[in-house]
Amino acid sequence: MLSLLVLIPLVAFIAMLAGAPARQTAIAAGAANLVLGLWAAFTWKASMWAMSLPVLQKPALHLSFALDGMSAIMVLLSVIVTMAALLSGKAPEGREKLYYGSSLLISAGAIGAFAATDLFFFYAFHELALIPTFLMIGILGRGDRKDAAWKITIYLGFGSIILLAGLVWLANVAGTFDIPTMVKAAKEGSLVIDSATQKGIAGLLVLGFGVLVSLFPFHSWAAPAYASAPAPTSMLHAGVLKKFGLYGLLRLAIPLVPEGLNAWLVPLLVLLLGNILWVGLVTINQKRLDLLLGNSSVMHMGYIFLAIAALAAATANGQMNSIAQPAAILLMFGHGISIAMLFGLADKIERSTGTLELTDLGGLAKSAPSLAFLFGMVGMASIGLPGLANFAGEVMVFLSAFQNYSPAAGLGPVQIACILAIWGVVISAVYMLRAYRRIFQGESVKATDGAADLTLADRIPAVLLAVALLAVGLYPNLLLNLLK
Amino acid sequence: MPAYYLEALTVTLGLALLMLEAFGPSNSKKLVGFSAAAGLTFILILSFYAIGPDAKPDAAWAKWPLWNFYAFDNLARFYKGFALVCTILVVLMSLDFRSVLSRFTDHPGSEAGTGEYYALPVFACAGMMWMASAKDLAGAFVALELVTITFYILVSFLRRNVGSLEAGVKYLILGALSTGFLVYGIAWIYGATGTMSLVEIGAKVGTITQTAPLLFGIALVLIALGFKIGAVPMQVWIPDVYQGAPTPTTAFLSVGSKAAGFILLIRFLDPLLQPGSPVASHVTLMLAIMAGATLLFGNLAAIAQTNFKRLLAYSSISHAGFLVLALASWKGDSANQLGSIGTVSFYLATYLLMTLASFFVLAQVRIQDGSEQIDAFNGLGKRNPTLALGLTVIMAAMAGVPLTAGFLGKLFVFQLAASAGLWWCIALAVVGAAAGFYYYFKLIRAMWWEVPADGSKPLVLPQITRYCLIGLTLAVIVIGVYPAPIQALLN
Repeated sequence: MLSLLVLIPLVAFIAMLAGAPARQTAIAAGAANLVLGLWAAFTWKASMWAMSLPVLQKPALHLSFALDGMSAIMVLLSVIVTMAALLSGKAPEGREKLYYGSSLLISAGAIGAFAATDLFFFYAFHELALIPTFLMIGILGRGDRKDAAWKITIYLGFGSIILLAGLVWLANVAGTFDIPTMVKAAKEGSLVIDSATQKGIAGLLVLGFGVLVSLFPFHSWAAPAYASAPAPTSMLHAGVLKKFGLYGLLRLAIPLVPEGLNAWLVPLLVLLLGNILWVGLVTINQKRLDLLLGNSSVMHMGYIFLAIAALAAATANGQMNSIAQPAAILLMFGHGISIAMLFGLADKIERSTGTLELTDLGGLAKSAPSLAFLFGMVGMASIGLPGLANFAGEVMVFLSAFQNYSPAAGLGPVQIACILAIWGVVISAVYMLRAYRRIFQGESVKATDGAADLTLADRIPAVLLAVALLAVGLYPNLLLNLLK
Repeated sequence: MPAYYLEALTVTLGLALLMLEAFGPSNSKKLVGFSAAAGLTFILILSFYAIGPDAKPDAAWAKWPLWNFYAFDNLARFYKGFALVCTILVVLMSLDFRSVLSRFTDHPGSEAGTGEYYALPVFACAGMMWMASAKDLAGAFVALELVTITFYILVSFLRRNVGSLEAGVKYLILGALSTGFLVYGIAWIYGATGTMSLVEIGAKVGTITQTAPLLFGIALVLIALGFKIGAVPMQVWIPDVYQGAPTPTTAFLSVGSKAAGFILLIRFLDPLLQPGSPVASHVTLMLAIMAGATLLFGNLAAIAQTNFKRLLAYSSISHAGFLVLALASWKGDSANQLGSIGTVSFYLATYLLMTLASFFVLAQVRIQDGSEQIDAFNGLGKRNPTLALGLTVIMAAMAGVPLTAGFLGKLFVFQLAASAGLWWCIALAVVGAAAGFYYYFKLIRAMWWEVPADGSKPLVLPQITRYCLIGLTLAVIVIGVYPAPIQALLN
């Protein structure tokens, strides 16, 4: 059944090529996937969702999908953001096929990557989603789209190849491409990876996945790419696809090479602090809303990395850290929803005022109150206001860093990093509140005077995302129960 | 049907085509081309019914001494099929290329001088098919020369085009040099082992105590075959010859000739790398160095190219690097992993699909725009979206994007090299693959992100090219998702 989630967008894409009306087909496919995805996420234990189809004998490759709590949440995130992305934005005249087709392909790739249990397809589906991302930015992007698209192509291409080397190494050591089999063998002790090999594999995985997640200092592709991408592309990539790298670390590196990951702990902590503090300061300095959002997305990745680092340190030392994984996943979900909504609303702002320069905007709340309200809400969510999804995630991240803290042993590297990372909360409050004030408050200026408010069609996707944010924020167990 | 009928039929077909060329209607040589494609297709079908002596040991032909230097196994069948498919597609490509052919041979509008262009590939094909079955160095040498000499003519076929003639001369001189290396190497191997039969070499190699002469011979043969497959240090001819030769010839060189070189290399290495062979570690080291240098050179030099044909030339060098890397990490098939031979064969099969498809596109752009520069592809997404979509898939496959055929080949090579522990080669391969992303995506960028040149017309594909291209592109995707059929052909 899970294959349907991948197949529906692909079939819709082919139907579109064959001449079906682009927007309607895409939205129908997105809606079908939303229903199916919700159903799958909350009944993932049912055996009907899993499937496995042998593709090749040597090496044994299977087109296999299955869900566990973690992937169920990621699939849920994908279908929600996909639906919102398809409803937001406006396709340029005559390019509807490309616009909606690419969005569907990105969505199919992301869902496939999260649901696949075979290393080969896990990697392959992610790449499937990258090509339309490149094309969308390159063809339909704004500003210096060519440079941005070229940069993201090169960075992510290089990251993927490094990742591939790590995955192949892992598959060779494990003797199989089937992820559950590997994890099971590692748990039962029939697969023992020596520490030098672990260190090598973990290094490649951190580097490869890290480039894909815009880990500092490999992050410079992200902000310009999101800034110039059309709305659905930045929503889908920043919201969903970028989580693939973090998901991969949780899925593969933590259970299979925890010692190796722990061996890279200090460098990883330094880099993720780079994300949180350095990129955070860069974000404060942004003059355009889209660049600000792009950089803030890079910054928030640091928190999720922090949870992963805490988990790696605990696992490698044989300790339990029961909240690190839920923390990472919850924050991935919250961030995915909120950044998608922010990019969606930024697109609205640009369409109704014609600019995203913070200095050209002001007083938009007067002419567009519902836009201001929704933007304010999601802005608060992204800086971690209680009651919204990100807050629960961020708090749990900080708690997870201190879970194994013993006063006798003093502060370890994870705790020190956490204490520094908490300053990131202040930083993000500074840039987000400032941006909100610049855009929505004060006197109306030429660009915002009489700007149109959200239409009903604009509200549907934003409200969809807002509901998800609120539901998870008020009742995080909605998702956390899935992980049990 | 005894397997050697296939080569006999192919040569007969070639002779018949020459007759048709000489005595048939002189105004249109299309007929020769179509006959060649049809005849080769027929032989391709027959190849599935061919059997070797093992299948019918009591037949009279099974006892012929021919089988002492002619082997027929699944690998031979695979590469014979490979040569046939490649030749058929090249002939079809030549049919759509004939406006350029006639312009540079006779006067434009007359096809009088182009007939041989369809017959010669058939002879080359016979040579490649024989190479797939060679189990004796003398036989292999003769087959190789049949291929090479045919190519001397094909490369310089455009006799009123300076570039083509220059390419022909370069290929001739360097080809002759490589022939010299090959013969000299075979002589040393004969001296060291007392036989030219690969089976007997395999039997004797374990007993050799003095390995230096044998290694010297092997090194010479590797250099010579390195010329055929375009591996460093014998790659210098590739860019110039590829650029100068008529596009279908370039495609044929790039796919057919390279594959023939690899099957010969496999046949040659197989007995030398068996367990217990005293030279195995030396030979794999030589191959690993060759692979590393080829990967580095091919990929880094490709980055700077602005001409698509030259880009494909360097890309063919880099693919050779991946293939040699698979040989350098020599392994037999194991329970859950494809061995070196299987990997190389699989890689070549995917390489055939991608490379021929790119040459089909290149040939059309050359015919209709008169340019092979990457600039000529600017805005192809607007001028012919279907073609641009196809080329996007193909370039992505070349770069090794998953769910296309090109990825699987690279994956298998990485896997083999990792299990052989060739880490420094893998590092170079990673750099190479990343560079590949850069230069293949240059095409995608040109097609979609740039605007077409002023006054450019929509590109209209002729029927043959259109069907071949759609077929090849679909095959690239299907094999990328469901590769089992190619593996079934190998077993």
